[in-house]
Amino acid sequence: MDNERGRFGTFGGQYVAETLMNALIALEKSYCRYKDDPAFQKELTYYLTEYSGRETPLYYAQRLTEYLGGGRIYLKREDLNHTGAHKINNVLGQILLAKKMGKTRIIAETGAGQHGVATATAAAMFGLQCEVYMGEEDVQRQALNVFRMNLLGAKVNPVRSGTRTLKDATNEAIRDWVAHAEDTFYVIGSVVGPHPYPMMVRDFQRIIGDEVKKQILAMENRLPDYIIACVGGGSNAMGIFYPFMEDRDVKLVGAEAAGLGIETGEHAATLAEGKIGVLHGMMSYFLQDEDGQINPPYSISAGLDYPGIGPEHAFLRDSGRAEYVSVTDKEALAAFKLLAELEGIIPALESAHAIAHAVKCCPATRKDEIIVVNLSGRGDKDVYTVSRALEGNPNE
Amino acid sequence: MNRIDQKFEDLRESSQKALITYVTAGDPELESTKALVLEMAQKGADLIEIGIPYSDPVADGPVIEKAAQRALSQKIKIKDIMEIVKEIRKASQVPLLYLVYFNCILQYGGEAFVSDCKNVGIDGLIVPDLPFEESGELRAMGEQYDIRMITLIAPTSKDRIQKIVQGAKGFIYCISSMGVTGTRDRFSTNFMDFIEEIGKYSDIPKAIGFGISTPAQIRQLKDYCDAMIVGSAIVKVIEKYGDSEGLVQKVGEFVGTLKKGMA
Repeated sequence: MDNERGRFGTFGGQYVAETLMNALIALEKSYCRYKDDPAFQKELTYYLTEYSGRETPLYYAQRLTEYLGGGRIYLKREDLNHTGAHKINNVLGQILLAKKMGKTRIIAETGAGQHGVATATAAAMFGLQCEVYMGEEDVQRQALNVFRMNLLGAKVNPVRSGTRTLKDATNEAIRDWVAHAEDTFYVIGSVVGPHPYPMMVRDFQRIIGDEVKKQILAMENRLPDYIIACVGGGSNAMGIFYPFMEDRDVKLVGAEAAGLGIETGEHAATLAEGKIGVLHGMMSYFLQDEDGQINPPYSISAGLDYPGIGPEHAFLRDSGRAEYVSVTDKEALAAFKLLAELEGIIPALESAHAIAHAVKCCPATRKDEIIVVNLSGRGDKDVYTVSRALEGNPNE
Repeated sequence: MNRIDQKFEDLRESSQKALITYVTAGDPELESTKALVLEMAQKGADLIEIGIPYSDPVADGPVIEKAAQRALSQKIKIKDIMEIVKEIRKASQVPLLYLVYFNCILQYGGEAFVSDCKNVGIDGLIVPDLPFEESGELRAMGEQYDIRMITLIAPTSKDRIQKIVQGAKGFIYCISSMGVTGTRDRFSTNFMDFIEEIGKYSDIPKAIGFGISTPAQIRQLKDYCDAMIVGSAIVKVIEKYGDSEGLVQKVGEFVGTLKKGMA
């Protein structure tokens, strides 16, 4: 699927300053060497198992299934990973690679703070210096994660330029990397950025889908009919989709953030409303105006608040292999509450977008159909945001 | 003949080096961009880069990023910038380049952008986020429309230099140090080795840019190369005097002192 020079069809590529080209070439070389190295894979599996607690359960959500009255819903419990989200899968892989490459300093960008926390965690465990760039707006709405990163010994740099969210944090991390490429490893948190990142992050996240395949075959003796995941940059979705790519009967559905509604312009629905462009080193779809100026995205969920999407998702959408839908803040909040009340699981607001789509489409499915939803993270970090949003509308 | 090539030929004949200056279009507003370009040319800028403001200028430091935000806050469009360049061309034959991020070119429509550049009198393009491997199509259009696509070389380019300077035209933009644009007190690059290495593979003019802000730095570095590029230091002057009557004069004076460093 991915061809020469990191293209997925027309998407992907390496649109970076010349200063970074040799760093990317070295990274690709190093990654290609270690990804098939049994010793590296063994070490990575050790940390995923003993440190992060994999494999994560595939949980049959009986009460949610009964409530919706359609197909059987399974939740892939990535929220049960160490640090509370799927982000650690990729971070452990990249930091292990950084160690092999002899890098001493780690930088990362973060939106909701989950990737920043995961990176700070792994950096602490491996004894590496770590700095995290985070938009000032996100620093405020995800204060708990900022505190966690500080506890883990990372330096959090609030980013005050532009929209002060994930996009600008990514800009600032790229600028840091341009200045320090020789000793610094940039741990990108999603399937975005210049080649080889989209491919590498997908490969580190595919463990989600690999486990789902094994688990669902053991439980149901067949593959699911639907796999639903939320999409910001798209790493949890790519990770759960990828092992099912050739299983054409499995419908892959990505849920983008529609914010206040696509018609209001206040959203982060990149595939619904974006145009092909170049940002953060990749060609993909972006929310932008006719001059190529990037439009500020909006979502209640900091992790989905990104104006672009990973290039492989752009390719999967245009080739028809995956379908992408939009979910509003309001729908995500309702799903957040519903899952808490019916299953005793508080999902991340990001993951609540995937749940919300399952809530929408499940009643129309047959009872013998199987729906897997990727519960990419837990929602402790979001309880203040949700309580503020529900204030005045407690019954919504 | 392309104005960039002509300029370097003229300078070589008189054993002089080029001063290249920068201004962000629309900072503080579009009318003063015209006045600033003409004044800089008057005060000794040999070539001038006009920055197209961009929402996400990842190759630039805070000074130029803020300039872009000041420009964009007035809803300046690329079409408006093209018009101003047309106006400037009526009054001056100074070689002009756009400093432009690739997404702006892409949305404007690739070939439409390059052909409009030709029509309004732009002579070259510097696209900081388009490395050699991704630039084939644009370089071909540059050939077709006689617009110079400027090749950038970084201290980290090393084994890539030979490949990426092949066929380079106009001049080679030698990035002084790692990092983004913005003034620097010191450089860790060994310029003698750096420029010599590039010179092994290309005999077109070499310009040093990134971090150069004072006549003293120009004096220190000019012997290594054919041109010096000053950007953020000029934008700082514009930022300081943006609202005042004396803006154009202050920028002109600053360019005049830089020019003295070139002597």
